[in-house]
Amino acid sequence: MLHTVNKSPFQTRTLESCLRHALPGSAVLLIEDGVYAAMQGTPIADKVRAAMEQVRFYVLGPDLEARGMDGDKVIEGIEIVDYGGFVDLTIEYGTVQSWL
Amino acid sequence: MSEVTGGVEMEEETGGTVKKFMFVNRKAPYGTIYALEALEVVLISAAFDQDVSLVFLDDGVYQLKKGQHTKAVDMKNFSPTYRALEGYDIDKLYVEKESLEQRGLTPDDLVVDVQVLSADEISKLMAEQDVVLSF
Repeated sequence: MLHTVNKSPFQTRTLESCLRHALPGSAVLLIEDGVYAAMQGTPIADKVRAAMEQVRFYVLGPDLEARGMDGDKVIEGIEIVDYGGFVDLTIEYGTVQSWL
Repeated sequence: MSEVTGGVEMEEETGGTVKKFMFVNRKAPYGTIYALEALEVVLISAAFDQDVSLVFLDDGVYQLKKGQHTKAVDMKNFSPTYRALEGYDIDKLYVEKESLEQRGLTPDDLVVDVQVLSADEISKLMAEQDVVLSF
């Protein structure tokens, strides 16, 4: 299953809700304002790293670029994907749950 | 308080009434329309020669992040506009220290020179305003 999160982790608890429901082997794709959760150097990063032990993380590159977020400062182990990669993930993981 | 609706030209001739306006920016750019709309209102307020200040706190600090490239998401990159504000005599830009630090950012990461203030200092500035507009 693929979970997408499009809200800033500093503004809502959407990411937490997602992580509470993401089963081992599923994936989380951070998009729109959700991409801020992919950055190093924040208190959120620790939560994401902990979740990464069981869940794969992806972040949408165009949304990082739009916000001036440096791909080099994305948490190690999170894969940056483009729109084509987004489509591939929806196919690979089958069901998509959008945490809005 | 009829001067509020009075003609702009007449106000200028008589010196008008200058009020202290503060715009509080708390949202990241692009994910919602708030940041861009705030900027529009700030530019309008500049035309009325008011005492304008901008505060960036919480996710609002992301509005000022350097290096925004929006081509791939097909949206307007409005971050250069913050640098043009000085030309409209809007030079009071304040960023909350706590919000910046929590997001792993420093003043060097921002597109404009700002004053970094603590939450306490910003609270005091806020209390001094005639009008506070929140976005």
